[in-house]
Amino acid sequence: MTQSTDSNAPQKTAIAPVILLHPDDNILVCVKQFHPGDEITIDGETLLSDIDIAVGHKIARINLRPGDKVYRYGAPIGSMTQAVAKGEHVHMHNMKSDYIPSHTRSRQHKDRSDA
Amino acid sequence: MSQAVSFSGWQRADGRKGIRNVIVVAYLVECAHHVTRKIVNHVNDMDVHLIGFPGCYPNQYAYDMMRAVCTHPNVGGALLVSLGCESMNREKLLSDILASGRPAELLVIQEEGGTKSTIELGIAAVKRLQSEAAAVARVPMQLNELIVGTICGGSDGTSGISANPAVGRCFDALVAADAICIFEETGELIGCETIMADRAVTPELGAEIEACVAKAEHYYRVMGFGSFAPGNADGGLTTLEEKSMGAYSKSGSSPISGLIKPGDIPPAGGLYLLDVVPDGEPRFGFPNISDNAEIIELIACGSHVILFTTGRGSVVGSAISPVIKICANPETYRRLAGDMDVNAGRILEGEATLDQVGEEILQNVIAVAAGKRSVSEELGHQEFILTYKAFEPIGPSCLPVRQIQ
Repeated sequence: MTQSTDSNAPQKTAIAPVILLHPDDNILVCVKQFHPGDEITIDGETLLSDIDIAVGHKIARINLRPGDKVYRYGAPIGSMTQAVAKGEHVHMHNMKSDYIPSHTRSRQHKDRSDA
Repeated sequence: MSQAVSFSGWQRADGRKGIRNVIVVAYLVECAHHVTRKIVNHVNDMDVHLIGFPGCYPNQYAYDMMRAVCTHPNVGGALLVSLGCESMNREKLLSDILASGRPAELLVIQEEGGTKSTIELGIAAVKRLQSEAAAVARVPMQLNELIVGTICGGSDGTSGISANPAVGRCFDALVAADAICIFEETGELIGCETIMADRAVTPELGAEIEACVAKAEHYYRVMGFGSFAPGNADGGLTTLEEKSMGAYSKSGSSPISGLIKPGDIPPAGGLYLLDVVPDGEPRFGFPNISDNAEIIELIACGSHVILFTTGRGSVVGSAISPVIKICANPETYRRLAGDMDVNAGRILEGEATLDQVGEEILQNVIAVAAGKRSVSEELGHQEFILTYKAFEPIGPSCLPVRQIQ
C-alpha cells in the first residue's frame, strides 16, 4: 500500500473520486474509477479503499445496517439487506428495491435453471 | 435564450411544421418487409426511411401509431407496401395520409406480380413522392412550434448526475420559450410518483399521474421484471427506484401540464408526461421491449427531435425524427465518441457545469432543427419498432391546459 507521504506517489487528481448528491444521502457516488489502496475522503475522514469501484457505483457514507433505507438525491432508492461499513461498496449484494426486484444476467440464468 | 430563434421548416396542411422532409416506406406486415427494405436500399437516400408493423392480426394501437407517424410533420410522403392478406386497413391508412395533404401510394404485392415487380414499382413510386415532397413550401419556424421528446437508454450510475439533469436544464429553457417537451416513461418513474404529482398544474392531473405510475408498477409486477437491464447494474444502478430518480431529472423543474398517451399531440407549450404502459390487464408482453419502441411513441406524439441520454453507451437513432445523443459517463464517451453529440461526462470531471451542458444541448436542438444532421442521423441510424399494445383514451383531467383554453 502506498504511503500518502511518498513523494514518488502519482499526482492525486484535483477531482474528488466520490460525490455527495444531497445532504441527506447516506451513500456517495464514484465519479472516477478507484482501486484497492486508493484514498477516499468521506466527510473529512480519509479511508483506504480495499476494493475496485467503477464510475457510477455507490459507497456507504456511514455504517449501514440491514433494513436501513438508502438515500440518493435525498430520496429513498431501496433498503439494505446486509450490514456495510462506511466506505464499502453498496450494490446488489447488500441492497434491494422496495418496489420490484432487479434482475441481472446471472440471476436470470439461475432462475431458468432453478425452474 | 429567446423566442427570436428562428429556422426554416416545411409547412404541412394541418398547420404543423416539420424540420425534415422524409419519405417513409412502410411494410404493413412482416411478409412485406423484405420487398420494402429492397425498395429503401435501392433508393439509398438519407431521407427515405423504412418503417413498418410486423403483425398480421388487427390492433387499433398499431393502426393509430402508423397513421400518426405517416402524418408526422417531418414526413413529406408515404409509400405503403402490403402483402395483401394482412388485417391492417391499408385503404383507410392511405386515405388518412392523403387527407393530411401528403402524397401517398399503396402497393399490394399479391396484386402487383410479386417481389421483383413490386420492388421496381416501389422504386418508381418513391421517386414520384420525392419530387412531390420537394415542392412543399419552407417557412420560418420558431422554438414555440417545436416538440422535443426525451428518453434515456443504457443508463448507469452517472446518468442521473450529469446527462439527465443537463437535459432537464435544456427542457426548462425550451418550456420557458413555450416549446412542447415530452418525457416518459412511467415504468421508469416508479418511486417518483408523489414528487411528480406535486408538480402537476392541477390536483386532478396529479392524481392521474399517481394512478398511471401505479398501473405501470402492476404491469411490470405481472411481467416479473422491472424496466431494469443487466447493464444498468453493471453501471452501478442497484434498484428500479434508483434508476427512476435519475431518469426523472430529465424532466427539469417546470410544472407538468398534461399526461398523454402514444399518438396524442400536446395542445400547447409546456411539459408533458407520456404514459407508454398499456391499459387493462397485461396482454401483449413488455410495454417497452427496447428504447426505440418508446422513441417512436414520442415521435407519434409529434416530437421533431429526440434527446437521448446514455451512460453505458447506446448507439441508436430513429426513423422520422433525428436523435441527439448525450453521453453521461466520461469513460463511455472516450470509448464511443463517434456516436455521441454531447459529452455530459465533462460535468463529472469538473470541466463543465450542468448549466453549460444544458445550454450546449439546447444549441444542438436548435442546430438540428435548422437542418444540421445529428451524429446518429449522419451515421444512418433509422431504427423503428412497433408492436402490439392496447390503450384507452386519456381522461378529461389529463389535459387541463386544453380545458382552460
